[in-house]
Order: sequence, then structure tokens, then C-alpha cells
Amino acid sequence: MAKTEKHVHEPLIHIVKRIAGMPAWQAWLIRIASVAAALLVCAVVTVLLTGENPLGVYKTMVEGAIGTERRVWNLLQNIAMLLCVSLAVTPAFRMRFWNIGAEGQVLIGGLATASCMLLLGNKLPTPLLFVVMIAASVVAGAVWGLIPAFFKANWNTNETLFTLMMNYIAIQVVSYFSYIWSNPKGSGAIGVINLNSQAGWFPAIGDQKYLLNILIVAVLTVVMYIYLRFSKHGYEIAVVGESENTARYIGINVKKVVIRTMLLSGALCGIAGLLLVSGTDHTINRDTAGGRGFTAIMVSWLAKFNPLYMILTSFILVFLQKGASEISTQFGLNDSFSEIITGIIIFFIIGSEFFINYSVRFRESKKGGQAK
Amino acid sequence: MGASTAIELRNITKVFGSIVANKDVNLSVNRGEILSILGENGSGKTTLMNILSGIYFPDHGQILINGEEVVIRSPKDAFSYGIGMIHQHFKLVDVFSAAENIVLGLHEEKFNIKRSAEKIKAISEQYGFEIDPKKKIHEMSVSEKQTVEIIKVLYRGADILILDEPTAVLTPQETQKLFAVLRRMREDGKSIIIITHKLHEVLSLSDRVSVLRKGEYIGTVNTAETNESELTEMMVGKKISLNIRRDDPVDPQDRLTVNGLTCISRDGVKLLDNVSFTARSGEILGIAGIAGSGQRELLEAIAGLQKLNSGSIVYHNPKTGAEDDLRNKTPMQIRDLGVRLSFVPEDRLGMGLVGNMDIIDNMMLRSYRKGKTVFLERKPPRTLAERIIRDLEVVTPGATTPVRRLSGGNVQKVLVGREIASSPTVLMAAYPVRGLDINSSYLIYNLLNEQKQNGAAVIFVGEALDILIGLCDRIAVLGSGRITGMVDARNTTKEAIGLLMTKHDGGETNHG
Repeated sequence: MAKTEKHVHEPLIHIVKRIAGMPAWQAWLIRIASVAAALLVCAVVTVLLTGENPLGVYKTMVEGAIGTERRVWNLLQNIAMLLCVSLAVTPAFRMRFWNIGAEGQVLIGGLATASCMLLLGNKLPTPLLFVVMIAASVVAGAVWGLIPAFFKANWNTNETLFTLMMNYIAIQVVSYFSYIWSNPKGSGAIGVINLNSQAGWFPAIGDQKYLLNILIVAVLTVVMYIYLRFSKHGYEIAVVGESENTARYIGINVKKVVIRTMLLSGALCGIAGLLLVSGTDHTINRDTAGGRGFTAIMVSWLAKFNPLYMILTSFILVFLQKGASEISTQFGLNDSFSEIITGIIIFFIIGSEFFINYSVRFRESKKGGQAK
Repeated sequence: MGASTAIELRNITKVFGSIVANKDVNLSVNRGEILSILGENGSGKTTLMNILSGIYFPDHGQILINGEEVVIRSPKDAFSYGIGMIHQHFKLVDVFSAAENIVLGLHEEKFNIKRSAEKIKAISEQYGFEIDPKKKIHEMSVSEKQTVEIIKVLYRGADILILDEPTAVLTPQETQKLFAVLRRMREDGKSIIIITHKLHEVLSLSDRVSVLRKGEYIGTVNTAETNESELTEMMVGKKISLNIRRDDPVDPQDRLTVNGLTCISRDGVKLLDNVSFTARSGEILGIAGIAGSGQRELLEAIAGLQKLNSGSIVYHNPKTGAEDDLRNKTPMQIRDLGVRLSFVPEDRLGMGLVGNMDIIDNMMLRSYRKGKTVFLERKPPRTLAERIIRDLEVVTPGATTPVRRLSGGNVQKVLVGREIASSPTVLMAAYPVRGLDINSSYLIYNLLNEQKQNGAAVIFVGEALDILIGLCDRIAVLGSGRITGMVDARNTTKEAIGLLMTKHDGGETNHG
């Protein structure tokens, strides 16, 4: 056979799936490396765009997030709120039910709380008032979650669009009541509710007004972890999410699980609304949920739907947010710059998952290609 | 010599992570030759063919076409060298006609369906295809669709045809027709590579056989100089008995009587049409038929997963003597009646198991409701998982490995192991050895036999007729949703069953 000396090109880059997976420590090493790489890129971007010293910028960032005791509590409070909403969407996500309506469910829960405070605040004894507030927020959130679930279970409607639309309804409902109950009249905003009597306000523990919120979310996190991992319900959620066919095959009532799980998801969002209104703002407006219903999606995904990991992912996101807003005020830059920094870091964190699941190999020097 | 070699592979190696899919594989196919590639699952047949058709790129090694070294980096490259692949799963547009599908994606010529139809006709006459170019794909039988796929690659001028398990979906008669066509192509000077694990097909069709085992190239033999047992030995690496054990039925009693089952799909097609039969305890009832003749609907109806339009499914409870109609009951209601019904579905990872869950959690699918608390008990399923891994020799790193990481045979062992763990009175298994290697297949046959000995009524839906005939006691034949015959497996032939499979008028049933 004629020896052919043709130039043979192998593709430059191979992307190969890691079939056997990767040990956990290696995966974490990649994640840490990705954060380091992100900081490096951010530093370059900072110098190019602003001419500031990147180390100074990072220092400001850290100080902005945890520089003072007040900031630390603020950070923890924000983590707790984001984590609470993330916990709420997680059971639905594990069921592959894309509930992107947490924003609306939180708002409606908050509105229910606010209306109890407004209408019953100075009429009921405190313990009873809290019972009514909790019940109202849970029911309101659950109903907001139930509606799309009911249609999904019975007519297989698209839950993503449905829950998204429910957000807009919730926002408009809140706007409407902001007008009705505006204080002072005609301002279009509700203002602080029960400013004098503080009826329906979460009590401060010691002198920390956010501590109760944080403790409640901590307990919820552990409960949710146990529920998903060790309860029969959690198992059913996982089976329905992985394969509806398998669920039918072993006799799980898929409809029932979908509705039950969305009731839970909505109810927890309602609780988040309660914590935001009664435990934080003591008022409500259309921005009370503050986009957490959407950020929670990222928190939950990044943590692979594990409530314990979600503590870490919500910490990262809130830390970045707080730090970045500090940069923009300290250095007189506008908000967009801090958004750029946050975006780059999140991009690297998410991108690291690619290198955990795949390995990239470059063309080897051509030696094995020749026949012996 | 170089002139007659159409394609040659030298020292092809392909590694995925730590798994060596192909190691130093050498192959050559001459013009006018049919080469079979034989190997068990996971032996690297498909990887090798994907390298040839440009889907994978080899880590090492050379490919020579007509004696010249070539680089195949994409299916387009493969095509330009005249390599045409006929996949197991057809890639056709349902609402298009045969001719439209055949010319789809061709840019060279002006679109002229009339001229194309003439060319298709010429190809068909040359090789003896029977095809109506105007017929829509969704009106076609499986074998017609396959014909369209073959013409598609011929139309594009392929000289080297690769067929991946082409007979898996065909009746014996259709298989014979296909083989006749392939032989005619061989005479015309085409090179044909056929991937299969059916030994008798290899022997009757091909000129030479290349055997792969666990990614390694074992050797090539001339078909005329070999036999089934030698090939099996090459394939498995040790001598193996190819006889299936069949004991006499054990005290057969009516266990499940299916009467007049009819199931009509949303678009008015009769998926099941007046199906009646009785499954008896202590025997294996085979169900034969072309894929998609109503097998899945039948089993799912019995399992409570398929709504029926009419008919009854009566379970004769051996303990209480009660007779319960299972029709339109949910799986839970069936279990609550005390019916120990086990079901090994066709879609193992999509229905029988959850791929992303580990073996323990998959064991729990059947038992997680046990216990009074709201919490799961993972201990009994763990014990069961460990027992199955030990008894059925499941190859796995451990009980906490996700089942999707296991090979096909091991996945099936896990599923069958779980289903027989509850000592069922009725055991239904749909294509339980599909895609399994010889060793695992025989293990599954033995497990089914064991259940028969234990007095279960076993319903076995199979595709390979020689297996059905060797394993079952009686065989019901399904054709287009009807029972077209019920035969005694001990006194029948493949040809007789093959005829019943294609019979559409129902007609007399001759009970065995």
C-alpha cells in the first residue's frame, strides 16, 4: 500500500464529558479557581474602565458588605430573605415545575400580612393577631401557587408563562391597595403601618430587630432539607421531577403531588412576604419582593436544589450585591459598574460547572497517528 | 490488493474518560463484500461506526478509503467519501412523502420531484426495493421506512453502507427481503457493514465476520469457516451453552383472564382490538408481534396505566379465590386488592427506574409507602439493593451509584431484581433482554423460569422468535392490536409465527 504523507488535521479542541464524574474536592477547587479568575478579570475591567486601583475596589466591596456591625446584620437579614424565597421555589423546581412566580406569591403574602396589620392591628390581642397574620400570608401565597398548579395538573398548561403572568397580577393588586390605603391619603404609598402602636411588628430579640427573621429562616432551611431528603413527600417530588412515567408506574398520583407541592411552595413564599412586611419593612409597596423571586431561581439552581448549599449561594449573591453598591457610591461610579462586576463574577461561577462536567483537551502532538 | 479494499481501519483507538471504547481496532471491507461486526453490548461497535460516519473523532489510528488516508471530521466528510449510515432509529419527516424525504437536504440540483422520483424508481428496480415514492412516511410500516432510509443513502451515491441492527424491528419475512436486497447490492460492488448480535443472521448473510469484545478487536473470520459456537466464544470470551432451559408448567391454573380488551387512541386508531387470553400460573405466556402491535398498551392496561374502551381483566386471587376486575383501576387500587403484580416495562430508565437515583432509592420505588411515619425507611431497601447486587452479580461501584451510570445489562438486573423481590403472582416483562449481552440474557431467562417454578403467571413480550419458542409454554401473537393466533411453543416454527404476525384479519385461533 502506498505510504501517504498527507497532512492530517485533528480538530484543535476536544470537549469530553467526564463520565466518571469528579471527586468533590476537585470540583470545589475548580469553583474556587473560577472565583479567583473572576476577580482577576474584574480587576482588569476596573482598571480599564475607571483607572481605580482594583485592590482598593475589592477592599471597599468587602467593607461595604461586612464593614460595620450594622452592615453585617443587614447582610444576614438580606441573606435570610433571599434564602427564604429560594427555599420556597426549591420543592417546585425539584419537581421540574418551573415556578417563576415567587415574586408574585411573596407580594400577595405580604399584602395579606399588611392588610391584617392595617385592618385588625389595633383591634386584636397580639398573639391572636400574629396567628391571623401567619394564616393569612400562608393562605394567600398558597392560593397564588395553587392556581397555576391546578391548571397544570388538569390541562397541562405551561407553568412558566402562567406563574410569570401571576406576578404582574400581584404587582397590580398591590399597587391598587397602595392607592386605597395610602397614608397620607393620596400619596399612593401605604407608609409605615402602625408606626405608634407597632401592632403586628415582629419583636426585636435583644436589640436585634432582624434576629427573629434570621432564626425563622434558619429553622425553615433545616426543615426543608429534611423534608426533601428524608420524607415520603420529598421522595415523591423527586420521582415526579425525574420521570412522570415512573411516578405513574409506581402509582404516585402525579396531579396530587403537583398541587400539594405548589401549595407548599406558594405558602412558603407567603411566609417570606410575612417576614418582609411584618419583620422588616412594616409596609408594602410593589417593590417589596425586590426581585428576590427571580434571584431565588439562581440561588436554587446554583445549589443544585440542596437547601444547605443554598445558604452559601445566597450568601455569595447578597455579598456581591451589597459590596457592589458600596463601590458605586464610594467611587462615585454609577450602578451599572457594580452590575458589571457582579455579572462577571456570577458568569465565572456558573461557567465553572462546565469544567466540572466536561474536560477540554487540546490536539496532541501527532505521534500515535502513524501506523507502526 | 489495494484496489479491492474499499475501507480500512488501522489501530483505531477511542477513549472516553477512563473508558476505552475502542482499542487498536483493525478492520477492512472489500468491494462487493458484506462484513458483519459482532459484539456484545459495550463492545464498541457503535463507537466504531460513529467514528466512520464522522460523529466521533478517533484518538489514534488511521482510516483509509480506497487505499488513501482520509480524515473524517463530520458526517458531511463521511458522506463525501461515500459512506452512508442507516441508523437504528429512523430520521425521517413523518408528514413528507418518501421522495421528499430522500431529496431532503440535497443542494446540488434544482428541486425537481418528478426527476427525483424517476431516479428513486431506477434505484428501486436495480436492487429490488418495493417503494411508492409518493407515500407519506406516517402511512408506512417500519420496514418501508427502513427502505426509504436505505434508498436515501444510495440516492446520495454511497458505496459503503453501514447498517446498525437493521433487523431488530423486522419480521422474519421482512428480514429475508432485506437480505435479498443487500445481496444484490453486494453483487453490484457495494461494501456493506452490518452491525448485529444475531448469530444466525451473521452466518446466513455475511462473507466475513469481525468480532469485538470490550472495545478490543478479537479477530476476523470467514463466515464459511465458522459456526455459532465459535463466534459466541470469540464474542464472550468463553464457551457458553445456547440452550434455554424449559421446564413443564407447574400446576397451571387460570390466574389472569383478559377478555375483549379494546383501546382506541385519540386519533381513532384501535391500539388494542378485542384482545382475549388467559395467563396461567406456573407457565410462561409469550407475546409475539412486530414492534408497536399493541404490546405496550396491553401490558400497561393490565398494570393499570392505560385507559380502556371496553373489556375486562379478571384476576383470580389464589389466596382468597376472589375474582377481581382490574380494568381502569389505578396501580394503587390494584395493589390494595392484594394483587401481587410485577411489571418490567420496556422503557427501563424512563419508566421502571429513575436514572438519576441510586440503586437504594430505586428499590424504594415499590416500597417507600411502608412504615407509619412520614419519613422514609432506607434500611430495608438498602438490604434489598445489597442482596440483588450480590445475587444477580450487578457490576456497580456500590449501592449508592446512580443507575444511569450502570451498563444496560446491570440496569435490567436491578429492575428485574426489584420486581421479583415481592414474589409476584403475575410477572409481566416487556423485551427484558433487549440490548443485553448473552450472559445477562441467560440470567434473565433463568430468573423468569424461577418465577414460573414458584407458580407465578409470567407474561413475556419478546422480539426474537427463537427465544420465544425456546422459553415460553404458549405464545400469543399480536398483529395490529389483535390476537392473530395462540400457539403451543413446543410445536411451532418461526415461520408459522411470522405469518401470524403479519396477518391482519384476525381469523381462527388454534389453541395449543
